[in-house]
Amino acid sequence: MFKPIGTTVVVLCLTSGVAFSQGAKLTDPQIAHIAYTAGEIDIKAAKQALDKASSKEVKEFAQGMVRDHEAVNKQALDLVKKLKVTPEDNDTSRALSKQASEKLGELGKLKGAAFDKAYVANEVAYHKTVNGALETQLIPSASNAELKGLLQTGLKLFQGHEQHAEHVAADLK
Amino acid sequence: MLSGRIALVSLVVFTLVSVPARAATIRIVVEKLEFSPAAITAKVGDTIEWVNKDALAHTATARNGDFDVTLPPSKTVSSVLKKAGTVDYYCRFHPNMKATLTIAP
Repeated sequence: MFKPIGTTVVVLCLTSGVAFSQGAKLTDPQIAHIAYTAGEIDIKAAKQALDKASSKEVKEFAQGMVRDHEAVNKQALDLVKKLKVTPEDNDTSRALSKQASEKLGELGKLKGAAFDKAYVANEVAYHKTVNGALETQLIPSASNAELKGLLQTGLKLFQGHEQHAEHVAADLK
Repeated sequence: MLSGRIALVSLVVFTLVSVPARAATIRIVVEKLEFSPAAITAKVGDTIEWVNKDALAHTATARNGDFDVTLPPSKTVSSVLKKAGTVDYYCRFHPNMKATLTIAP
């Protein structure tokens, strides 16, 4: 069952460029919102890459990101519907979205190999950040067992993405 | 009736001779980014029933090129084993997913 924890003050740790709060207890509706937002961000980044990337390997990586993150987000939507939970916007989601749109703008100015490198480098960093947050914050905070399970499978999947991105980054060097 | 019995016996013999060893259907489940069982033995002619319980698309791809089966999300796909050997296979989309199929002739 869902146990709303109530409103928590989310302290943003913006200095390191990380939108995830430190030590704040998140509620399941907030966790669902953050996880969904994080997925949407990566889908948008991948769609930009499909449009702009020149390397075949980078395009294939981006296709994989769209395929996997769309599948996980669909699962997340199905789950919140089943649990009758309304994902709740929060400071972490907002900070993530803000950073992501800045990054999209930044990458949008690049072309060719420079774009490929910057996109993949950001994918490594982004997956590292999100995986760290899943591991230390979102999964431990999740109350509902099904939500926790989805996040755990997500973590395993996204750790694979991080390795894949690292591999592509090494190939681009 | 004797003739009836002979007919029955010859039918049984005929059946035994004409039907080769029955091919088995072996189920391999894909769930939470894992093939299960991770190691299994089968025979040439057997059918593998790949049950993908994940909402993700996967593949079962032999490292030696013997097979490459696409496993759509939440679907079951069947493939028949054609060649003997010990085959390491993996998912092309999620290369951390690895398993082994030992196929007897």
